Amino acid sequence: MADETSGKHLEVALVAAERTVWQGQAKIVIARTTDGEVGILPGHAPLLGLLQAGTVQVRTVDDEYFVAAAPDGFISVANDRVSILAENAEMGHDIDLEEARRDLERAQATGSDTEAAQEDVRLAEARVQAAEKTS
Amino acid sequence: MPASLRELRDRKASVSTIKKLTRAMELIAASRIVKAQQRAQAAGPYARELTRAVSAVATFSNVDHPLTTEKENPRRAAVLLITSDRGQAGAYSANVIREGERLNQLLREDEKEIVPYLSGRKGIAYYTFRQREVAQSWSGDSDSPNFARAREIADALIEAFLTPTEEGGVDEIHIVFTRFVSMLTQRTDVIRLLPLEVIEGEEPPAADEVLPLYEFEPSAEEVLDGLLPKYVASRIHYCMLQAAASELANRQRAMKSATDNAQDLIEKLTRDLNQARQAQITQEISEIVGGASALADANAGSE
Repeated sequence: MADETSGKHLEVALVAAERTVWQGQAKIVIARTTDGEVGILPGHAPLLGLLQAGTVQVRTVDDEYFVAAAPDGFISVANDRVSILAENAEMGHDIDLEEARRDLERAQATGSDTEAAQEDVRLAEARVQAAEKTS
Repeated sequence: MPASLRELRDRKASVSTIKKLTRAMELIAASRIVKAQQRAQAAGPYARELTRAVSAVATFSNVDHPLTTEKENPRRAAVLLITSDRGQAGAYSANVIREGERLNQLLREDEKEIVPYLSGRKGIAYYTFRQREVAQSWSGDSDSPNFARAREIADALIEAFLTPTEEGGVDEIHIVFTRFVSMLTQRTDVIRLLPLEVIEGEEPPAADEVLPLYEFEPSAEEVLDGLLPKYVASRIHYCMLQAAASELANRQRAMKSATDNAQDLIEKLTRDLNQARQAQITQEISEIVGGASALADANAGSE
C-alpha cells in the first residue's frame, strides 16, 4: 500500500472540533511533537504523536506554504494520510497577528498559576507563531 | 344563542394571532434544524479520526488507563441529563427527564447513589422544583451547543470520575440524551460514558481494514493520556449536537400541530360566527314580519 503511493503526496486533513479547517494534498508536513520536530514525507511509517507548541507547517503539492495553529492537538499518520486534530485549529493567515499578540500579552499578564491560564498562554503562543510564520 | 357575536369575533381574532405565532416558531425551528444537522456533520471528521486513533492505541498497547478501568464495586453513579432550555417542544424534555428517572430507579436498585448533572434549563427547573441536590448544571445554549461547552462538561465529569469515591467522586457516568434518527424519529437514549468502552464507536472500522502498526510519540501511555479526555469531550459534543437537532425537530413538530389546531379552531369559530349572525338576522326578520302583521291586524280591526 505504502509503496504504491509513496513518492507522490500526502493526503492532509487539518480538523478542528467543529469543522474541517483544511484538506488537501501536500509534499511535506512538519510538526513539533513532545519529542521534537518531525518532518513527514510520503511513505512515512504510521505514527501517532502529541503536538507540542502547536504549530504545523505544510507545503502543498502546488508549492504553497502555510502554517496552522493547532494548540493541544495530535497528529496521526498512516498510509500517506496525515490527520492533524486540534480542538481550536486555525490557519495562520486567518489569524490577525496584532490581535494574537495582544491576546498573548493578556494571557501572560494574568499569570500561569492555574492550568487554564497556562493553556490560554499556550494557545495564544501557537496563534502568534502561526501568524508570524505566515506573514 | 350560545355566545354573542362580539365574543366569537374576539376569540377568532386571538386564535388567529396564536396561529401566526406558532407558525413563525415552526418555520424558525425548521430552518434551524438544517443548521444543526450541518453542525453535526461538520463535527463528524473530528470524532471519526479521534475514535480511530483511540482504538488504535487501545489495540496496540495493553495500557490500563484510569478512564477505561472499571471500578470494583461501584457505589456512586453520575447521570448527565441533556434537556432543552426552552419549552414549546412537545414532550422533548419530559421524555429525557422520564428516561432519567427510570435510569435513576435502576441504579438505585443496584444500590448506587445518584449524582445528577444537568444541561438545559428544563432539567434544572425540574430538579430545583423538587429540591433535589444537583452536582453541577449548565444552560444557555441547548439548541446550538459549541465545543467549548462540551469540553467544560467533560472536564467536570472527568474530574469527578478521577476523584476517589470517598471524597465525593463517582464510579461511573451515564448520559441521557435524545438521538436524532431522522426528522420524524428521535429516540431517548442512555449511554455509559465512563468507564470508557473504546471499541464502540459511531462508525466502527470495516472488518477488512487493518489498523496499521503505529509508532507512538512520546509513548503509548502518554498518547492515550492526551487522547482520552479529548475523546470524552468529543462524545459529549456528539450527544449535545444530537440533542440539539432533536430538540428543534420536536419543536417544529409541536408547533406544526399547534398551528393545525389553531386552524381547526378558527374554522369552527367561523362557522359558529356565521350561524350566530344568521340566527340574529332570522330573528330580526321574524320580528319585522311579526310587527308588520300585528300592525296590519290592528289596522284591519279599526276599519
